This record gives sequence, structure tokens and C-alpha cells, in this order.
Amino acid sequence: MIRYFTEDHEWIEVEEEEATVGITDYAQGQLGDVVFVETPAAETILAKGDDAAVVESVKAASDVYAPVSGEVTDGNEALVDDPALVNSDPEGEGWFFKMKLTDTSELNALMDEDAYKEFIADL
Amino acid sequence: MGDIKLHLDQWHQDLGGRMVSFAGYSMPVQYDGVMAEHLWTRENAGLFDVSHMGQLIFSSDDSSIDIGIELEKLLPANIIKLGVNRLRYSMLLAQDGGILDDLMVTRREHDFYMVVNGAVKHEDMAYIRENIDDRITLNYMEDHYLLALQGPKAGDVMKHLIPETDMLYFMQAGHYNWDGIDLWISRSGYTGEDGFEISVHNDDAQKLADALIAYEEVKPIGLGARDSLRLEAGLPLYGHDLTPEIMPFAANLSFAVPKRRREEAGFIGDDPILKQFADGPSDLRVGLAIEGRQPVREGAIIVDDQGQQIGAITSGGFSPTLQRPIAMGYVPMHLTEQGTGIIIQQRGKNIAAKVTAMPFVPNGYRRPPRAA
Repeated sequence: MIRYFTEDHEWIEVEEEEATVGITDYAQGQLGDVVFVETPAAETILAKGDDAAVVESVKAASDVYAPVSGEVTDGNEALVDDPALVNSDPEGEGWFFKMKLTDTSELNALMDEDAYKEFIADL
Repeated sequence: MGDIKLHLDQWHQDLGGRMVSFAGYSMPVQYDGVMAEHLWTRENAGLFDVSHMGQLIFSSDDSSIDIGIELEKLLPANIIKLGVNRLRYSMLLAQDGGILDDLMVTRREHDFYMVVNGAVKHEDMAYIRENIDDRITLNYMEDHYLLALQGPKAGDVMKHLIPETDMLYFMQAGHYNWDGIDLWISRSGYTGEDGFEISVHNDDAQKLADALIAYEEVKPIGLGARDSLRLEAGLPLYGHDLTPEIMPFAANLSFAVPKRRREEAGFIGDDPILKQFADGPSDLRVGLAIEGRQPVREGAIIVDDQGQQIGAITSGGFSPTLQRPIAMGYVPMHLTEQGTGIIIQQRGKNIAAKVTAMPFVPNGYRRPPRAA
């Protein structure tokens, strides 16, 4: 399993063509208390950069974009009842959706963990 | 053009404040997190830096001039009957009746003290100078800080610091001395809680702020929680719920244009405002309880069954106290009854809501005891 990161502060963990997507610990820290999450339904087709999910904190609403293209296979139902999972475990239980990738070469444009750490250190 | 740094900028940052740009100032939006700070203020006491707001003094060397009478030409409030050391909510109005700002005005022994919103304070001052008798001097207290201590434990903290403040009730104010420092303290605020707003010279602000947060009941609170607290209290925010396109009756602020002023008129914007009062406004600011968990935000629209826009959300968010989304918005008069169902459209999605009474959360003002 390899974990990639985007400049929009999403993480995507990939195993062959299956991937899990969420937002990073840095992102949840910036958002603050998450009170609502809307995840995409299974079978939703997403192109890289499409609006995939909505995350709302007390302060503001933010879109979560599809880091790569693919088809949604599952949205995290646990976030409906407990959106605060995004704050307590953003890179684990607080995942947003799973998808089947259409073009794994799109992953090459993303950052690895070290590159992402450097990226947020400069923000 | 950078933002103006508050006198306590470093103090906020040392306490973990995350600074953001607001009203031309760099202000702390949060320290521990909006939710925790909000709930802390509802249960204990929060210290807010509101020094971006404009503190103004109206005075005159000419003893023949009555500043109260002159202010009534500018404001729709009952200023003549306002007692010494009493304050009142009012609005600055345009000739066409639109709201230019909302404010608090206090009659003091020798002058009037006014607090206006930070984002429009310079425009306010220019407008006031243009429209008030030249024999009145308007001073902008740029060298003064404004701190707000708000919450059910604010009274006990302030009483411990300055015992004489225990005499104050909601919308009363006075001059106090603490440890050699002059303070102007009002029992007022914008959170719906009991509390105080304290005007202090910039040079003494940190000493006072340190003394207040030394109490275990007091934590510093950022702008984020200030916004969610005032929303729960049903209080409109200028630039959002109130704008130059809105007149006081539509804004549901009829209490701020009392009977005598309606009868006698004689204030800027009186004709259009009294016409709106006579005819009834076409739209009204109402509170909205949102179904589901997704907050609606300013800018979302209110639609009819055909999807046509009939209103707009002007403030909205998640209520930390109620643990559900709440909002304020303008709806046509026939939809203002409590319990009326409406449809809100946000990013292409329909969200159901019901018109509801405000405040959303009961207020905790310390009112004077009723006479027996």
C-alpha cells in the first residue's frame, strides 16, 4: 500500500487499483470542528479534480476533490453519525470514500509523504 | 496594504491564537477551537478582543447645545430619555432609510460614548461629522482598547476584580478604577450572555487581559465563536444580516425605533422608514431551524415550490449549543409565522427549514429586579 497526498490536503491510499481517500491531519486542523460530511454514492464516476465530497466545520464549508479519476465504490457511512471522526482520526477511521482507479498513472503527479510534509511546512 | 496589528497581537499569538484578516485587522479567529470556545463561553466566561470596533466620544464646549437632542437627529433611538450611564442599541441610517451600521450609544455625565462596527467605522465617522452640528466634537478613541468578558461566570469574575461592578445591570455602564487604571465598563455584549465590555487605554490593556485570564473561569475566545454565539442569540451582524439595502422594520429591529420617534420623526431616513412601518415591510428577518445536520451559509437562497428565489440566508452555521444547524434570513411576510416550512437551496441542493423564534438559545442578561 502506498499513500499519496495532494496540494488540496487530501490523502489517497492505493493498493493496485483500489484506493481510499480522506483529508489530512493538517486539513482537519485548518477546518476545525467538523459537523457534517457528505460523501459520494457508490458508482459515482469522478474525473480528477471533480467535487467529490463536502466537509463542513462550524466555520465554513469546503469541497473535497477527487485526487485522481475513478469510480466510487463506497462512502464512509460512519461520518454521517459521527462527523467528528474527521477531527479525531483523519487519516484512519475518518476516511471519506473508496474508489476504483481508471488511470493509475495519474498518481505520478501526486506527492509522497515526505514531499507533502515539506509542502505544508512552507505554508 | 497589510492588516493593522492589534496592540495585543503577540499576546494572542502566545496564547495560541490563529490570526486572520478581519475588518482590516489581524484578529484571532480561534485558540482551542470554535466548538470548545463557544461552549466554554456558554458555561463559564470568555474574553474577547473587540478592539477593531470604533469607540467614539461626542462632546461639546458649548453649554447651550444638547448633544442628546442633536444625536436624535442622527439616530432613531430615544436618546433624550436615556439616563446617565445607560446605553442603548441603535443604528446609523442613510437618507433612504438603509442601515449604514448598528451601534451602542451611552449617555455619560459630560458626553456620549458610542461603539460602532470596525469594518465601517471610518465611513461612519465621516457620515456623522457631515450630519451633526459643528459645535459637537467627535473624538475617535484610537488609543483605547475594547475587551469583552462574556458568559454566566463573567459577573462573578468582574465582581472579584472590581466589587463595585456588581451594581451594574444589563445596559448600564460606569467609570471604574482598577489598580490605578481608568476603565469604562458597560454591562453589555453580543453573545446573549451576561457580561461586560471594557474600554481601557492601549498601554494598560495587556495588564487587564492578563488579570482576567488568570481566573480559571476565563479563557480567551476568538472571532469564530463570537460569530456562532451571536447567531444563537439571534443578534444580527452588520454587513451580513444588516446592509444599506435593508431598513429597520424589515430587519426585525422595530424596538430600535420606539413609539415617540415614530410619532415625532425628525431623524435621518425618517420618511422611508416610517412609510415602511405604516405599509409593513415586504420581507422580514427571521430565525430558521434547519432540518438535518448540514449547515446552510450566508448566500444560500430561499426558494418557492417552483424553485424561484424568494429570499436569502444572511447568516448560518452549526449551533454548538443545540448541536444542529441554525440560520437567519429574509423571507416574504406571508412566510414569517413560526413553524412555516421553507426550502433553502445551497450548491444546487434543497434543504428544508422551519421559521423559528429567536433567540435560538435563551439569553442570560442580568436584568434589574422588578419593583415590588
